[in-house]
Amino acid sequence: MSCSILRPGLLTTIQDAGRYGYQQAGVIVSGPMDPWAQRLTNLLVGNPAGTAGLEITLLGPTIRFEADHLICISGADLSATLDDQKLPLNRAMAVRQGSTLAFGAARSGCRAYLALSGGFAVPTVLGSQSTYLRAQLGGLEGRSLQAGDVVPAVGPTPAGQQLHQRLLAHSPDQRWVAAPWYPEVAPAPASGTVTTVRAIRGPEYALFTDESQQDFWQQDFTVTPHSDRMGYRLAGPELHHHTEREILSTAVTFGTVQVPAGGHPIVLMADHQTTGGYPRIGQVISADFPLLAQVPPGARLRFQEIGLTEAQYWYLRQEKKFQQLQRALALLHYP
Amino acid sequence: MEQPSPPNDLRTTAQLYPLGDAAVVLQLGHTISEATHRAIQALGHSLDQAPFPGLREFVPAFTTLTVYYDPWIVSRNGKRNPYNAVADRLHSLLRELPATAETQPQPVVEIPVCYGGRFGPDLAVVAEHTGLAPAEVIRLHTEPEYLVYMIGFAPGFPYLGGMPEQLATPRKAQPRPLVPAGSVGIAGGQTGVYSLPTPGGWQLIGRTPRRLFTPAAASPSLLRAGQRLRFVAISEEQYEHLLEHEL
Repeated sequence: MSCSILRPGLLTTIQDAGRYGYQQAGVIVSGPMDPWAQRLTNLLVGNPAGTAGLEITLLGPTIRFEADHLICISGADLSATLDDQKLPLNRAMAVRQGSTLAFGAARSGCRAYLALSGGFAVPTVLGSQSTYLRAQLGGLEGRSLQAGDVVPAVGPTPAGQQLHQRLLAHSPDQRWVAAPWYPEVAPAPASGTVTTVRAIRGPEYALFTDESQQDFWQQDFTVTPHSDRMGYRLAGPELHHHTEREILSTAVTFGTVQVPAGGHPIVLMADHQTTGGYPRIGQVISADFPLLAQVPPGARLRFQEIGLTEAQYWYLRQEKKFQQLQRALALLHYP
Repeated sequence: MEQPSPPNDLRTTAQLYPLGDAAVVLQLGHTISEATHRAIQALGHSLDQAPFPGLREFVPAFTTLTVYYDPWIVSRNGKRNPYNAVADRLHSLLRELPATAETQPQPVVEIPVCYGGRFGPDLAVVAEHTGLAPAEVIRLHTEPEYLVYMIGFAPGFPYLGGMPEQLATPRKAQPRPLVPAGSVGIAGGQTGVYSLPTPGGWQLIGRTPRRLFTPAAASPSLLRAGQRLRFVAISEEQYEHLLEHEL
């Protein structure tokens, strides 16, 4: 049970739900940039939601399956093919030993997720398999995947195995078989358009000038090429604070929009540092992380203000939707 | 050392505010003090002793304790307002904060440092800036007991309080592209130890053979907020010996 990496793509890493519990030791959380897409791939192949899979960025890898696997791809549409046939997103698919998964142009979004039923057999470090590149922790030797890597797989879960057999029973001669059903999911944003993400005011919002506060909500920002899993550096109007008051280093999190002295905001992402000392003007809501994660460099971003109560309403609504999906899929996996 | 403020002051100046939709920040004033630090340590200790359902983790900093939670679990599957539920919890922790927020006394951690030479290429810069002899810089740096206020910036990286003011030296105009792990540096009025190889602009005065971050260990960070540490000067031979035999 394994996958061979023939070509690595731009940046392909192993990520599970994230490494929680060690931020007070300065260890970042990591985990998927688009948590919704990653959890979805797992549910569809009969995995617990936080099972480790691949996060694939913009230019996808080429992967040969060294055994029969039940897989699912979600998130960005990077024109996935299996042995040159186009693959659908958001469906469980039975693939044959020796088949080759490849990716082409990014048609929407920029991060795709690949799950295998059972997940990948890489060591758990500090409670997580997520790759933390800078500290070389987790994943495969703490790094992104490279050509020649053979990534061992655990082997399918009972639910995955059952679904796999049912799919093959219907079409025994096919190279690959996709489940005929799929969940209704929000599409990834098309690249080149303005993506609006909702945010609440950050703890230091009041330190910013009136003009900067207005600009933050009303102007477009461009995600610069100097953006990565740690954060998106934004170009656009410069945001300035009133005072020279120093901010003592304190906790920052996924979605925190901090503004260094130069005035160019940074949106912190999955590999954010645990603490920072820049004023925090805003905080993108959790329910919009899937949108944020799919904004490619060069695309535009706009912040829409909402209140905390509303932000939490959307969080709970998204979670409820997920729980319902999980229950519905459990019925499908075990009819 | 500062006098501990009466905890009532901390309670009345305490503020709670959200950091997004899945974290609450408890802010105890805006200035660094040992009393504030002790109160934050005590609150963290209470959370460790009695974690509430949905608590993900917490991060102590100079004047804040940030508490991360899962709104779905805290709200009991959407039936309550999650922020209010966590805020209520933290308010009651504040009320229960002991009159003198004493933390468990902990042994002082000794950090052996080989100062100067190839391990401390900026010792001369600090000596020149401060007008002290290099030996005097080392003596002053090894004199105090430092307090670990928080861990942040990088895994295992300690923010220390207690460096003698005479040693304050601005950071380098050009950061080094790669500072070796274990490097001990000074930046402004702060001192610290690089826990991982990273780019950095601190003036490097020495290096410790001890590992501040060990991912394979159950407790990966050598230091924790609330601990005290002392730098101890060692020779290059001792450095090599410790590197080989103890770590």
